[in-house]
Amino acid sequence: MKLKVATTVNGRRHEHEVEPRLLLVHHLRDNLGLTGTHIGCDTSQCGACTILVDGKAVKSCTMFAVQAEGKNLQTIEGMAKDGELHPIQQAFWDEHGLQCGYCTPGFIMATAYLLSQNPNPTEDEIRRGLEGNLCRCTGYVNIIKAVQTASKTMSGATGKKATVAAGGN
Amino acid sequence: MIPAAFEYARASSVEEAAKLLSKYGEDAKVLAGGHSLIPLMRLRLAQPTAIVDINGLKDLDNIKEDGHKLRIGALTRHVTIQNSSVIKEKLPLLAEVAGEVGDNQVRNMGTMGGVIAHADAAGDYPTLALMLDADIVTNQRTIPAREFFKDLFTTSLGPDEIITEVVFPVANGPHKYVKFRRRLFDWAIVGVAAQKINGDWRIGLTNVGPTPVRATAVEEAMHKGAKPEEAAQHASDGLDPAGDLRASPEYKKHLARVLTKRAINQAEGRQ
Repeated sequence: MKLKVATTVNGRRHEHEVEPRLLLVHHLRDNLGLTGTHIGCDTSQCGACTILVDGKAVKSCTMFAVQAEGKNLQTIEGMAKDGELHPIQQAFWDEHGLQCGYCTPGFIMATAYLLSQNPNPTEDEIRRGLEGNLCRCTGYVNIIKAVQTASKTMSGATGKKATVAAGGN
Repeated sequence: MIPAAFEYARASSVEEAAKLLSKYGEDAKVLAGGHSLIPLMRLRLAQPTAIVDINGLKDLDNIKEDGHKLRIGALTRHVTIQNSSVIKEKLPLLAEVAGEVGDNQVRNMGTMGGVIAHADAAGDYPTLALMLDADIVTNQRTIPAREFFKDLFTTSLGPDEIITEVVFPVANGPHKYVKFRRRLFDWAIVGVAAQKINGDWRIGLTNVGPTPVRATAVEEAMHKGAKPEEAAQHASDGLDPAGDLRASPEYKKHLARVLTKRAINQAEGRQ
């Protein structure tokens, strides 16, 4: 039994027929070719597969593709615009917020959610906000610096403190 | 890993969900947040023949004040409970506990009803439900929490019964949940909840047995005027916890006593 699933991913509409048991992360990687979303642990712990579903950070390995019907998804591929890195990506680059880089897409998407809820987090709030993401290289110090830098550039870019995204509870 | 194949149906009402569950039989499962079910399915520890997705039932995603009670819809996500101004004011212990479940990604998906129905011994909400005498409301009846949790992952829910809401009392006196774990997003190795309500303490223990435990011996000692450190010595009375990779039975009993003392002291220190 296959079911239709229609999603908007990084602004583009996609429609596929999928088996209900297909996990969203496999749908993104195998059907849509968006391999920037990584599979790290397969046990819902590491956060490497984090994407935004209607603006909320979700582990795409813990959701079936059929649950994404009608949803608006954002993956790491949707962050850079017109060849220019997103300020969070740039901050991870500038602060060397990655070592092997495997966990980075998940960290960047989790950071995007964190900053949408709390544009100027303290170090403790960053650590708590990223508790669902693991870096096996243990490069956390620079990851935190990168989030702090992104927070500064993003609030500077808007000329004021960014407001918390609506509908974020 | 890839879960075993199953049939999938989206319910548009509680009645339809119940009908679908009856149709598919007892190997069907309700999908709410999915953050316990899907990992189990990936490990093939769970192989439901059918999934009834209730995520479209928006009526179940709400928090209502009802006199001295709070009615939490089954589909209310942890993030909503954590940030709810009503919960923070009327039952701040619940908001605190919701903020300690998993991580941001888990809290964006996981639900009140899912945690209660899954009945993991290390689940946090079941402890609160038990110690605060919450009611679990289903499409068929209302079940007091003390009659709901039967055994490990086992509740009194029937095969076509669906939780619609969990009803907690208002309690905004001194409170604390101490969750002992190795990493922030982990399940509790042992957790202790303390809440003062109508002048008396309620003490609940997480992950020290197959179901949540109410530490009545501690509650009685506190009622008789014992100091927290004396009363907390009774936290392990009658416990027979299973050991696991993280903690031996003796260590869990030790934690129950130490964390009970901390929970009461911290609750009092804050207010």
